[in-house]
Amino acid sequence: MSEQVSERRVGTAGEASEADEVFVALADPTRRQLLDVLAARGEASATTLAVVLPVSRQAVVKHLAVLGRAGLVRGVRRGREVRYTVRPERLDATARWLAGLAAEWDTRLAAIKRLAEADEPPRRS
Amino acid sequence: MALVDRIERETVVAAPAERLWEVLTRPEHIGRWFEGMQVELDLRPGGAMVLATEEYGKFHAVVEQVEPPRRFSYRWARHPDTPVAEGTATLVEFTLTPEGDGTRVRVVESGFTLTDAVKVDQQRHAEANRQGWLQVLDSLRRYGEQHAA
Repeated sequence: MSEQVSERRVGTAGEASEADEVFVALADPTRRQLLDVLAARGEASATTLAVVLPVSRQAVVKHLAVLGRAGLVRGVRRGREVRYTVRPERLDATARWLAGLAAEWDTRLAAIKRLAEADEPPRRS
Repeated sequence: MALVDRIERETVVAAPAERLWEVLTRPEHIGRWFEGMQVELDLRPGGAMVLATEEYGKFHAVVEQVEPPRRFSYRWARHPDTPVAEGTATLVEFTLTPEGDGTRVRVVESGFTLTDAVKVDQQRHAEANRQGWLQVLDSLRRYGEQHAA
């Protein structure tokens, strides 16, 4: 799947959906905490994460699955366990996507300004 | 602290607020600054707005505030051909403020997070700020702040 997030709101339903996945994943405090811990440790297994965080291993696995679907973590099998690491690319892409939306508003505001200034009707006396 | 949940832009227009209000709220004008969009608008709180393109379909919105010539806001669906609902729409707010002979127009689009927003309390953010993934969020926040000025 492409990591690129387009700068156009319109016509990028797939890419906007990718951004949505990131927003949903980050909206949960436990998942943000998971990312914090993973970022601090470099990598960790679900078992380790369950020891560090106040949630069950089962809950950790579910949260990792959400983060994985959002492209925010990657799991690599090491022997009997899976070690998870943070993937910054999707956050980066989401940042670019938002920056693109902001640029669209700049374009629209410029057009609004042109229209309002150019088409100003004669003042009533 | 909301990190990424809003876009804020503004500009100053050399026209009275009443004129700007027309540009912001009349469908024939909206269709010009929302380039390529066919616009239908029922300009009252709760009224429907539809931004249609042949290529991508229809973006649905619901008008929130209509306070001429000061505030106009609407919730609009993030994806075409989907209804406006909690978690699928962002809030767009225009605010007009007289400034000198002209008018400052400010637009804020917020609500990108689908539940209770990407919020990290100040302390945790400070602690984790060294980490790469948070630096990315931080750069987003800075971006927002720079451009909100």
